Amino acid sequence: MSDDVLIRLENVTKKYGDTPDAAVNNLTLEVRRGEVLVLVGPSGCGKSTTLRLINRLIEPTSGTLYLNGEDVTNINPSMLRRKIGYVIQQVGLFPHRTIAENIATVPKLLNWDKKKIAERVDELLDLVGMDPEVYRDRYPKELSGGQAQRVGVARALAADPDVLLMDEPFGAIDPITRDRLQNEFLRLQQDLKKTIVFVTHDIDEAIKMGNRIAILREQSEIAQLDTPEAILADPADEFVENFLGSGAILKSLTLMKIADTELHQVPVFKAPVMRDKAIETLQDSEDSTSILLDADDKPLRWLDLAALNRTSQPIEKSGRPISVDLQPEDTLQDALTAMLQSSVGLAAVTDRKGKYLGCCTIESLAKLLVEQGAGK
Amino acid sequence: MDFVLSLWDYTSGRGEQVGAALAEHLLYVISVVGLASVVAIGIAIATRHNVFARELALAVASVFLTIPSLALFTIFIPLVGLGFAPSFIALFLYAILPILRNTVTGLDGVDPSVMESAKGMGLTRTEVLVRIQLPLAWPVILAGIRIATMLTVGIAAIATLVAGGGLGDFIKSGLARLPLPNSLEAIWLGTLLSLILAFAIDMALKLVKNVTISRGIR
Repeated sequence: MSDDVLIRLENVTKKYGDTPDAAVNNLTLEVRRGEVLVLVGPSGCGKSTTLRLINRLIEPTSGTLYLNGEDVTNINPSMLRRKIGYVIQQVGLFPHRTIAENIATVPKLLNWDKKKIAERVDELLDLVGMDPEVYRDRYPKELSGGQAQRVGVARALAADPDVLLMDEPFGAIDPITRDRLQNEFLRLQQDLKKTIVFVTHDIDEAIKMGNRIAILREQSEIAQLDTPEAILADPADEFVENFLGSGAILKSLTLMKIADTELHQVPVFKAPVMRDKAIETLQDSEDSTSILLDADDKPLRWLDLAALNRTSQPIEKSGRPISVDLQPEDTLQDALTAMLQSSVGLAAVTDRKGKYLGCCTIESLAKLLVEQGAGK
Repeated sequence: MDFVLSLWDYTSGRGEQVGAALAEHLLYVISVVGLASVVAIGIAIATRHNVFARELALAVASVFLTIPSLALFTIFIPLVGLGFAPSFIALFLYAILPILRNTVTGLDGVDPSVMESAKGMGLTRTEVLVRIQLPLAWPVILAGIRIATMLTVGIAAIATLVAGGGLGDFIKSGLARLPLPNSLEAIWLGTLLSLILAFAIDMALKLVKNVTISRGIR
């Protein structure tokens, strides 16, 4: 077994009672160190069962489970689970314990000292974007669904496990919050580099979250296991094709970052703006729209000629406001959405501090897609 | 009004007797509910993974509660004689069902996702029980203990028939002397003291509840 494989299921089968069909049939699966492997498939395909075989909440009927090269099929399951973070859709926070106590669960089981636990709890709350001062002593019933799952993730990370198992972690959360949690999670994973097995039934989520995707059909049989790009470009068979559904090109937009495209520079003005000079600059440029920046280079408004010519209003109030906040690590799908919303066909991109970098255009997006298609 | 005065006269002349009867009654309640809690919660825990054993225990406890109290207090006399013992046994058997029933319901009622996440984080079966299930079931268990307590306060009045003492002594002596003077007063005294005792214990249990139930599940 090579060094970069952290989890290995070898010929694992799970049968329930006397039923002839196994829930998981002779599955061999390797998860590489530091990757997000997404198990995706229609309901009843055995993806959750497969996940629960890894922390042995379900014991295999036959087969072997390796963690870090060690056969863990028969070690004490509780000891195994303390080394593996587990996040489920319903979160399952302990309602009688405070947020801090919930997060401290595994460190306490591992007998960390009190001070270390308290520091770790605060660190984790910060990590998932919750103010420790505010939330530490609250109870789960006082949290929204999104906040509860943040705590769920923090709790799973508490003892710094190498492995994280996530069973539709964002499945029960409203679409807007889900999108935000997914993005935050991806950002977190960039730093943490955990080995994650992620179960979902949503192919879009799989494409967005996974370094590799295993598309499963019944009895947890792997229909295709590859990077999202490769699966979108070359589905292995009809089952995979059907599961991907239509719009594979649009889906591939979620795989590409704004940073992959060339940003377009439109004229920018910084307050205070000399109106005449601005009009002249814009007329001389190829673009029909310019951007007004504030003193910190934060984009404020789209200014076209009509807006600049409207002398009845100060320039700071002309044109349309720029409301969407895009950064290079956001996906092209985010950029496309922003362009469609902006009504000028452009999306302003900033760095993390909000400083203007350039614009994303439909042309640059189309160019990238064509290049991708040509590369196949 | 006259009756209230004469009830007062009757009571104030018997301070010592009232105190002794109250103490006997209270002793029944505390010892019976205490032991029944330990036994019933123990049975519920021991049978939590075994549906058959659990249903059997519940069925047996239900049968106890259907035996007429007059009979249940007396059938143990040949074995243990008169006085405290047969009364204690009868009251104990009655108190099992409410506590057992509620403990079973409480343990069953813990959110499966909470159990799943607890197990998934590596809590052992015992840790899941002690740290998660019992604290979460505790409000329901405590409600069962309260019911058992009220039941015991009421039925303990029968102990007097097997020379077991308690507040039933007043009621029995009143009944025996009806309609002589002070007979009704005696019955009333026994009844009122039972009510007051029940109320006081209930208050105490409420206090226990407020102190022992986590703010997160109140």
